[in-house]
Amino acid sequence: MSTSRQYELVYIVSPDATEQEVTDLHAQVEAIIARIGGELVKSENWGRRKMAYEIGPHKEGVYVLELINGTGELMKELERRLRVSEKILRYLVVRVDEELRAAERTRSRRKVRTGPPAGEGDATGITSDNNGGFFRDEV
Amino acid sequence: MADEQRRGGGGGGRGRGGARGASADKGPGQRRSLFRRRKVCKFCSEKIDYIDYKDVRMLMPFVPDRGKILPRRISGVCAPHQRALQTAIKRARQLALVPYVTD
Repeated sequence: MSTSRQYELVYIVSPDATEQEVTDLHAQVEAIIARIGGELVKSENWGRRKMAYEIGPHKEGVYVLELINGTGELMKELERRLRVSEKILRYLVVRVDEELRAAERTRSRRKVRTGPPAGEGDATGITSDNNGGFFRDEV
Repeated sequence: MADEQRRGGGGGGRGRGGARGASADKGPGQRRSLFRRRKVCKFCSEKIDYIDYKDVRMLMPFVPDRGKILPRRISGVCAPHQRALQTAIKRARQLALVPYVTD
């Protein structure tokens, strides 16, 4: 039994790969997701960008982001395929569902604290409150 | 703030401050003015809930030229946010969005 989670997958394709190869890789990822069962929520191609350091001989890379709903087994298979592929310089898989939920929670909690009548004078009071009394107000 | 001032003033008058004050008279005053400014956590004040490792523009102010993560005592980021920032920067480093080292 494995539960579905949300993952973010970012991979860097070698800059000497053609457009076609990049779309092929994306299609492969999609195919694996379809085969094992999962959902591609969002896909973004950041295009070619300069990297902060060289990876092998390359100074830039094509970044692709995929937001995936699926199981751990699915990600395991995806990672295996990405590792094998020669055009992939690097990839990173991050599980994001819990982090996003935590962010959502703090956001809603803040809304509750602000309350329905959100006056302007209120706003400054909230910020100092946010620190949990950690920072004293500036004099 | 009031607390701090009292503490600083007392120390400057006599106690350990007195020994140091002998060499430079304006010493304590200058030192206090250095610590006057209270830094406020950027993420708290701007209400950023999720520090995204993909947002390089947000991370770069916390990665100085050398490539190290800016310590909290300098940036003034609160502890929970510094922890989140730390993981974000480390993830960004893996993807070559942020450098590990630069010299």
